[in-house]
Amino acid sequence: MPDALVVRNLAKRYGSVQALKGVDLEVGEGELVGLLGPNGAGKSTLVKIAVGLVRPTAGEATVAGARAGSRAARAELGYLAEMFRFPGWYTADEVLELHQRLSGSRGGAAERKRLLELVAHADASDRRVDGMSKGMQQRLGVAQSLVGEPRLLMLDEPTSALDPVGRRTVRLLLEELRGRGVSVLLNSHLLSEVELVCDRVAILLGGELVAVGSPHDLSRPRGVELETDEGIHRVDGATREDAPRLVAEAVAAGRQVYGVSVLTSTLEDVYLEAVGGETS
Amino acid sequence: MSSVWVIVGYGFREAVRRKMFAVVIVLTVAFLFLFWLANHYVFKDLSTITPPRDVNVDTRTFAGAFLVGLSMFATLFLGVVLAVFLTLGTVTGDAERGLLQPLVARPIGRSTLLVARFLGAGSVCTAYVLTVYFAGLLITGLTGHWWPDQVAWPGVELAGGVLVVIALSLLGSVVLSSTANGIAIFMLFGAGLVAGLLGSIGHALNSHTIKHASAVASWALPFEALYQDGLRMITEHASGLTGFLLQLGPFGGAYVHGWGIRLWAVVYVLIVGAIALVSFARRDL
Repeated sequence: MPDALVVRNLAKRYGSVQALKGVDLEVGEGELVGLLGPNGAGKSTLVKIAVGLVRPTAGEATVAGARAGSRAARAELGYLAEMFRFPGWYTADEVLELHQRLSGSRGGAAERKRLLELVAHADASDRRVDGMSKGMQQRLGVAQSLVGEPRLLMLDEPTSALDPVGRRTVRLLLEELRGRGVSVLLNSHLLSEVELVCDRVAILLGGELVAVGSPHDLSRPRGVELETDEGIHRVDGATREDAPRLVAEAVAAGRQVYGVSVLTSTLEDVYLEAVGGETS
Repeated sequence: MSSVWVIVGYGFREAVRRKMFAVVIVLTVAFLFLFWLANHYVFKDLSTITPPRDVNVDTRTFAGAFLVGLSMFATLFLGVVLAVFLTLGTVTGDAERGLLQPLVARPIGRSTLLVARFLGAGSVCTAYVLTVYFAGLLITGLTGHWWPDQVAWPGVELAGGVLVVIALSLLGSVVLSSTANGIAIFMLFGAGLVAGLLGSIGHALNSHTIKHASAVASWALPFEALYQDGLRMITEHASGLTGFLLQLGPFGGAYVHGWGIRLWAVVYVLIVGAIALVSFARRDL
């Protein structure tokens, strides 16, 4: 079975701006990949090319083996745009019904009810969109992207308008989807969220991929910290393997050791190092 | 094919929920009431009306044709207003508001979406134009006991003219923002009306150059030619001469008419539609 998403040497130019400069990326079956990068790095352009909203200048993208933008490709994916709106006069149920009909889903009312429950929105079935908060609309947007049980989910900033509870709901949902074998490309600025749920992370900068790997692989040892009767003592450059020796040395030197911590860089450290502090 | 009807229904509900129909119905009722008033007083004072000496028709026909011509002009105008507001933001406007992307991401195809929006707006506007046209005819017929020579065909041509405007508006929506597209289409509509007046002036002055310019404009903007052709047919048997229509002032002047312009209008819609489809297919959203 082909990968859910394959991007090869993908380039996009908007006038004089080179938004993507030959990007290679894969999202495997059931894999949850986080796409990170500062504003203007090309994240949304990559997602839009994969969805078929934007035409690449060079390179190719395929969804489940089908050319991105083709009907076959779009039939395999669910998409939540960064800037989206639903008609204000539709109820939540009507929005989902419209997308069921457009995607050819035969899930009916049961699917709509299940999707609204998944995003903790079950009580809003009959509520009109123009009466919803931005966060409620975003939950509905996530539910809409799941209509028709897509094989690949493309989420562009799905939690930007959500409160902490809403973010947790989406995070749990993503974990559940991964359990069901759904592939996800998650474009987000929330590094902690990405670090918690993603199998792999891709960092874009200036239209180029500057780092790809699992959060664990990308992180690096930053030393070992010992808490002794003399206070906290940090040994830079030490690794997990050095911890027993360091503890033994401290005890031999007559110190009371109360705790030991192996320090590694967080995704935020990795990200800031990769983008060099660039914000736009 | 079912996707087409889903989008047609989507567009129809959009029109209903945005209260476009409510506004249009209120305005239309107001127009029809005023039109009835005009008919009432014109036919009540028919004895005081004298057709120009070179128009060889009775007073009732002269007044009836003039009033139906007025009704057709208003019907075309109202139909165009409805058509433009239904379609001016179909692509760029909806994309800017974020309404379009969730739809285009679905496996329906951009061409299906655009064709469906044309069919949706076209069916709504056709129904509207025919309703108002026949309501106008009924008012004149029942009030003044005068009926045009051709009853149905002028209405069909009016609806055809509005379909041409819808095609232009959809094309404009692909490349222009909603506001710019609305302005552009209304200016084209105005240009078409000016072209019709130009033809009347050209005939009055017997200027070949002005008549030629008017004819070129009619072919370039065939909704105007269809409207004029419809006007010509309301008194087709009574006079059979464009000379009579010249006396109808700004509402007359079928200098380009017949099957040539009707077929060209169909080809024109197809060409404009094809350009819109190609442009939409290439457009980044």
